[in-house]
Amino acid sequence: MTTAVDRSRPVSNIDSEQLLRMYRRMIMIRLFEEQANDLYTRALMPGLAHLYSGEEAIAVGVCEALRPDDYITSTHRGHGHCVAKGAALDRMFAELLGKEAGYCKGKGGSMHVADPDTGNLGANAIVGGSMGIATGAALTAKRMGTGRVAVCFFGDGALGQGLLYEVMNMASLWKLPVIYVCENNLYNEYTHNSETIAGDILTRARGFGVPAESVDGQDVQAVYHIAKKLIEDARAGGGPQFLLCSTYRFTGHHVGDIKRDYYRSKEEEQLWKTERDPLTLFSTWLVAEKIADAQKLNQIEADVRAEIEKAVAFAMESPYPAADKVDQDIYA
Amino acid sequence: MPETQTAVRELTIGEAIKETLAEEMRRDPTVFILGEDVAEAGTVYKVLSGLVDEFGPERVLDTPISEAGFAGVAVGAAMTGMRPIVDIMFGDFIGLTMDQMVNQAAKIHYMSGGKWKVPMVMRATIGATRRSAAQHSQSLHAWLCHIPGLKVVMPSTPYDAKGLWKTAIRDDNPVVIFEDKMMYRLKGPVPEGEYTIPFGVADIKRPGEDLTIVATSSMVQVALGAARLLEEYDINAEVIDPRTLWPLDEKTLIESARKTSRVIVMDEGYGRYGVNAELASVIAEGAFYDLEAPVKRIGAMHVPIPFSPPLEDATVPTEQSVLEAALALCGKS
Repeated sequence: MTTAVDRSRPVSNIDSEQLLRMYRRMIMIRLFEEQANDLYTRALMPGLAHLYSGEEAIAVGVCEALRPDDYITSTHRGHGHCVAKGAALDRMFAELLGKEAGYCKGKGGSMHVADPDTGNLGANAIVGGSMGIATGAALTAKRMGTGRVAVCFFGDGALGQGLLYEVMNMASLWKLPVIYVCENNLYNEYTHNSETIAGDILTRARGFGVPAESVDGQDVQAVYHIAKKLIEDARAGGGPQFLLCSTYRFTGHHVGDIKRDYYRSKEEEQLWKTERDPLTLFSTWLVAEKIADAQKLNQIEADVRAEIEKAVAFAMESPYPAADKVDQDIYA
Repeated sequence: MPETQTAVRELTIGEAIKETLAEEMRRDPTVFILGEDVAEAGTVYKVLSGLVDEFGPERVLDTPISEAGFAGVAVGAAMTGMRPIVDIMFGDFIGLTMDQMVNQAAKIHYMSGGKWKVPMVMRATIGATRRSAAQHSQSLHAWLCHIPGLKVVMPSTPYDAKGLWKTAIRDDNPVVIFEDKMMYRLKGPVPEGEYTIPFGVADIKRPGEDLTIVATSSMVQVALGAARLLEEYDINAEVIDPRTLWPLDEKTLIESARKTSRVIVMDEGYGRYGVNAELASVIAEGAFYDLEAPVKRIGAMHVPIPFSPPLEDATVPTEQSVLEAALALCGKS
């Protein structure tokens, strides 16, 4: 595990406005998840909450390289993807609380946020369930010549699902503009992936003729640069791409997963949090490179915090859907 | 002979399906077909033969043998502006697509609060007696009838096949069409050109007063044959085809049951927990006080479909078995 920002990397060609936008988006996801955790533990949020904390650099780095009209599919650990693709915080929180004003009118909840306006085809609570959907969206993009691409986010747990290999095969045969982004946070729910993954992950994709790269998923600039290249290749007709991001889930599988020492140590968690926090790594770099001083970054955080408080208040005050809405939206 | 714009020809069900797909693909460039051996092979029953010549391999797209994968691709394509038709070679293979159909296609509209739509059609087969054994002969349509968000269509005539297929392709929801593999060569009148049949409207295939036989797909012809046999016993049977299992035209079934007071329901799926159970229940709830006898269910025997012909033939309802059940129901056995 590296413990500091890689100084050997060429100076970033991302302009400072964009860098600060990425930082802002990352802190937004971190604080969003803190609020989700708080709402959940105060019994204000029903159901389950799978937090994205620790993995922010992947969603932000990849989505920063996308066009607004590009597609994404997300996962049960999907709040970060939705926010990174441009979801409004107030409607996100409203959905998490099951309110009418939520993105899905309260019918989807935390694990199913979807939004056509930001190209979000939906978070999916079947592990690996959205791989066909992302690939199909890429088929449409190619057929209609829209120039769009589709990004399929999934975790290392989904590497065990056969669907991935079926659709990668087709995407490669048909040269579809889809990027499979694997967030390898080391754990399939409560099981270390050394127990679940045989062989080499990148080789699996390359076996289908899919170009595959790996990246430090805690380094948002590294993620952005490699994602940008893969997305441009896919958009230019180069077919599907595969990106493996090494990362870590700072919290449990879900909020209620408190006692975790039977599958991972507190020391391991602490090491990632102190040495490999994507926000700390990025803020340290921003200050060192004089892109922003600590005061500026604190201001960004304070602004985002205020925005989140407002969004939570909106969600809390919003009404639940009327019970007679239960059988609406079954059929279009 | 005067010129007419809606000449009526005799077509087989297979020909009617192919004509409909061709018309819809000409009308709407977003309609395309994907599945195993759909292009040059035209599927194993040759129903799609020739379509690739007119529409090309991108719109009649041969896939790998990956039912889950291409069903999932269809869901994503449908959400983003295409109207895919997913061809499942044998209905027995829908098990491989179940997550995509049940957890994805059926639920995306609801889970997204009505924002995403999934306008796709899946076609699959039902029907035994083709000596294809336990994994190529089942009638598993009840599985999909169980899921809110899906529509399930079962045409029994060439005319119905064309009208129902047009409606399915134009529907903004996932629709599953089950075709009886033994009926592709059944002939019947089909008007040229444009007509649609709305979902949720049953068709009275034969009017009668003494007994109602509700029959689906492959069982419609069996029911009509039994009805002809029943004439000799002065029993005039009404045969009703629901045509779509969901939405279901409950009203027509109940009205017929109230009129005749005796009902047989016939579907080639398994009897237990199946389509017959639902049809019988709808009728019992809606016409209980008008019934002279309990609703009789006739379906496939509750066994895996065997290979050996005398064994397989014993698993499916026949005109004779319907006749016997009808006579018993009418107190004439």
